[in-house]
Amino acid sequence: MTPRYLPYVLILPVTLFLGVFFLYPFALVAKQAFTTGGGFTLDNFREVVGYWKFPISLKNTMLLAAIVVPVQLALALLMATMVNRMQKGRDLVLYVWTIPLGISDLAAGIIWLAIFEQSGFLNSMMTGLGLVDQPITLLGYQNPWLVFAAIALAEIWRATAIMLVILVAGIGLIPKEYYEAAEVFGASPWKRFVKITLPLLRPSLQTALILRVVLAFEVFAVVVALGGTLFPVLMGQIYSYQFDLMNGGGAAALALIVLAISVVFTLIILRALRVPKGATI
Amino acid sequence: MTLRSKFSGMASGLAILCAAAAAQAETLFWSTQARPVEEAQAMREQVLAGYGSAVDYQPNEDGPWLTRLQAELQAGKGTIEVLGALHGNFAAMNPDDLVDLGDLGVAAESATFNSLAMLGTDQMQYLPWMQASYIMAANKEALQYLPEGADINALTYDQLIAWTAAVEEGTGQKKFGFPAGEKGLKHRFFQGYLYPSYTDGVVRTFASDAAVEAWEKFRELWSHTNPASTNFSFLQEQLLSGDAWIVFDHTSRLAQAFNERPDDFVAFPAPAGPTGRGFMPVLAGLAIPKTAPDMEASKALVQYMMQPETQIATLKATNFFPVVPVDLPDDLPPAVKASGDAIAKMSGAADANPGLLPAGLGDMGGDFNRVFVDTFERIILGGQDIRAVLDDQKSTLAGIMEKTGAPCWAPDAPSEGACPVE
Repeated sequence: MTPRYLPYVLILPVTLFLGVFFLYPFALVAKQAFTTGGGFTLDNFREVVGYWKFPISLKNTMLLAAIVVPVQLALALLMATMVNRMQKGRDLVLYVWTIPLGISDLAAGIIWLAIFEQSGFLNSMMTGLGLVDQPITLLGYQNPWLVFAAIALAEIWRATAIMLVILVAGIGLIPKEYYEAAEVFGASPWKRFVKITLPLLRPSLQTALILRVVLAFEVFAVVVALGGTLFPVLMGQIYSYQFDLMNGGGAAALALIVLAISVVFTLIILRALRVPKGATI
Repeated sequence: MTLRSKFSGMASGLAILCAAAAAQAETLFWSTQARPVEEAQAMREQVLAGYGSAVDYQPNEDGPWLTRLQAELQAGKGTIEVLGALHGNFAAMNPDDLVDLGDLGVAAESATFNSLAMLGTDQMQYLPWMQASYIMAANKEALQYLPEGADINALTYDQLIAWTAAVEEGTGQKKFGFPAGEKGLKHRFFQGYLYPSYTDGVVRTFASDAAVEAWEKFRELWSHTNPASTNFSFLQEQLLSGDAWIVFDHTSRLAQAFNERPDDFVAFPAPAGPTGRGFMPVLAGLAIPKTAPDMEASKALVQYMMQPETQIATLKATNFFPVVPVDLPDDLPPAVKASGDAIAKMSGAADANPGLLPAGLGDMGGDFNRVFVDTFERIILGGQDIRAVLDDQKSTLAGIMEKTGAPCWAPDAPSEGACPVE
């Protein structure tokens, strides 16, 4: 076989796989979203967007992503730099920090529910210490901010590690010479972080952010476990259109809306963190 | 490949083949009922073990249940032999996809159930399989706060509110529990209990002045309700943990509490309002999809499930009551006794105002429930004006009724054509 065609032959299986299991179902979903029995229509979109919970779910989803992702980014950067500096026990610390990655998101939600529940660990601890006379309802409808905080906390705990592993790999690729040169010129650790680590980490930051932002728009199980009906998000609406209302068209339309939002944010991140042509580390 | 790996490959291939053959021989019972592990196990070991041949009992959430069923129907070829689900699940299906069960020679005792099972067609779409209802339950510690002169078996909504208020005053905690969680059955409370008790209707009276009063009363009750109720879906958990002392829920969602600590809890009928003691049944049915591979085996299993002995075994396994005449034995689990007594008192009460399950809504059943859930979330959780919310939701409800053309069901007065929202 000529080397010219080899790359195409090698990616053929993956392309086929994506075509059959991603592109084809995607085309079906798109078709479902734009039809209601008859021909082309925007009725499904009109219906889901006109529903009174849509603006609330959209706002909640965006707000959650806006709070959770920056916190996770900061934490992941901090943790990655710390791990990178470690001489001993680096692997052990990395393993421990990535444990939450191995836990399914619903399980993570239930773990945090066990903490915040009325008869949960937090309440037992507070009553035990005499801080409160009797268990208080933390996740009630009167404390929407507490519900939000609990969900954000659970999300941060659960999914920071995915950014961490990408950033740790990225930091490892930065040549030591840059740091040595900077030290010779007397740059402070902070200066070295801002002037060397951050710029050279761009490709990894890009990947980590895209992955994390897209996942943040798809948040579902943690919210269901902790917020119940109190904190509607877009994914929850998709679920209820598909399974409670058996309205596949509405669910497909909402799914396309989430897809559109994800694509827009991916493009923004790609543009903001682009690596100039020809620049390499 | 070495000889050894060849052998092990052959052995595992054989094992897979054998497993597939064994699975083929079993009758697949695809159900949305008896989902909790203990109940599913009891279905297999106590109910289906007595059937001549092997049955593969597979309970599932509504979503996956429907997804596989629809996939088989669309493919025109299936493995599911028998379906077990709620009235609402079947109502959402296309009638042509289910086999007529009128010629099996078995049916429910209640003519109402049998006509519900026709789903508006002229043939038996499913066979009524088992029934349950929603009742109240209380921790015995709450009984000391019962208002003077109130009879727990003939409570009114006002007395219930006074009782929950007294509990709050006595303990400093809101101890009424309501299934307002994601999977909670709150819509059934509004459709079958609150509305019939205050407005003597559900659809016609949705936005009436009486409905405004009903929601005002419920708001009052909610002020003594554990605010974490928005996370409660199976009130047996909160009864057992003590987070709630007085609760409303489905009998099988309370069963665990009675079975674990029978002496600590009491079951009693739902309260009454100005227009009687509204209550509603839960009806599960058996059906056969048209893609069932072995129609004879499917029908035989359905017939077996309807026998009195099987129905009693099902009662013990799932806390759902028989739909055919049976002599109940004495060795029933505590939950069955407690809920059976409460249901009997509820339906036998002089002011009983039984409602029916929504019928004729087809696949709009979920939209119909959402009207009530949305109304609850806006009025109670969102604190919006009752009159304004009802007037707003009314148009959604009217739209659903017009689209489906569903006639009124009890306790609404009968209608010509689609049930009007007045």
